[in-house]
Amino acid sequence: MSNLYARITRDSLWGNNIVFAQTLGLCPTMAVTSTATNGLGMGLATTAVLVASNMLISSIRHVVSEEVRIPVYIVIIATLVTLVDVSINAWAHDLYKVLGLYIALIVANCAVLGRAEAFAAKNPVLPSGMDGLMMGLGFTFALTTIGAVREILGTGTLFADAHLLLGSAFSFMEMKLIPDYKGFLLMVLPPGGFLAVGFLIAVKRIIDRRSASIAETVPVAAPAVS
Amino acid sequence: MNFKKLRGEIYYQAALLGGVALVTTAALAFANKLTAGDIAAAQARDMQQSLIQVLPGKYDNDLLKDTVVLNGPNGEVTVYRARNAGRVEAVVFKVTGNGYAGPIDCMMGIDRNGHITGVRVIKHKETPGLGDKIEPAKSQWIYAFDGKSLGDPPAEKWAVKKDGGVFDQFAGATITPRGVVKAVKGGMDFFEKQRSKLLDEGDKS
Repeated sequence: MSNLYARITRDSLWGNNIVFAQTLGLCPTMAVTSTATNGLGMGLATTAVLVASNMLISSIRHVVSEEVRIPVYIVIIATLVTLVDVSINAWAHDLYKVLGLYIALIVANCAVLGRAEAFAAKNPVLPSGMDGLMMGLGFTFALTTIGAVREILGTGTLFADAHLLLGSAFSFMEMKLIPDYKGFLLMVLPPGGFLAVGFLIAVKRIIDRRSASIAETVPVAAPAVS
Repeated sequence: MNFKKLRGEIYYQAALLGGVALVTTAALAFANKLTAGDIAAAQARDMQQSLIQVLPGKYDNDLLKDTVVLNGPNGEVTVYRARNAGRVEAVVFKVTGNGYAGPIDCMMGIDRNGHITGVRVIKHKETPGLGDKIEPAKSQWIYAFDGKSLGDPPAEKWAVKKDGGVFDQFAGATITPRGVVKAVKGGMDFFEKQRSKLLDEGDKS
């Protein structure tokens, strides 16, 4: 059983990462990652929706008919996103001013429907929740990385305005890495999003290939299955 | 219950879809009822804050309650009035300029003598790094309007320097400040035209 969770974790965070491997959810990815803080906030909000939608859909998987499952999933996901939207607007209004525009975009994130279809519809509630959590964290990791790359190259800062998202205790995260930086507008604008995502996927491929070739050269104790 | 067989039946599927729609709609209606009050209060707080920023003077009334709706440069304008001991000391209203990438919404305050008490951009889609210098967080530019009136500078100087006026433009972005200056000028003309109504001084014309 713990083996299953380990596999889910490894797959979600790296091997089958929503952005870097599945290349899903690129619409919200491009839209929000102009800074690392925005990426982090969007990632966490998506994680909350993913966990809730995966567990809910998994718990009704025996009741839902194959033929009408897609509209059922979509209605459930849209409802959850709206619930997150109004709760943040009402009870964390300062955060809403930062993220408000993006939360509705979670509906357009096909990764949420993708996890419902690929995992939650076939697995029990707890592993589904775990899958949602880990996939969400993998998504958060990807968005924060892309945001950090664009922010550093674009404006020379890192985690600017983090106190708006996480509270004033986290203002230590706000860094100005390159003093007197004139800015590199391209990275802040949408083309920078495509460039950053493209290069980061390439970096991930290189790392994967490296580790695969290392695994080949190191003699393995057990003979590999041909 | 044998769901396996039931799930294939068309009436079951229809009932399922209807049931899911009913439950989710109920959840949303409930959430809406639960949050509506807090959301309205938060938005009123935001509004209050954007009004206070352009109103440095003293006033003793509830700005959000003392409003008058008039026909302004871009359709109807809600004007918020700041009173002190019953006399209108300043008015605040929204003006909209045409920016490089869409409308620029500004909140501007004018005191009873026609001097600007402050201008703040509340919403814009200008290019980050170029046009966004209209935000006070990025540049001091927006403070250039403080204290100005229709006579100072004279009407023909109410423009960016490139157009022969007194207001700076930014390197690489002229359209943005030009749009803001034009919007503020429009707001001043509107104040001049509707002065007696805005200041609640009865019909003197």
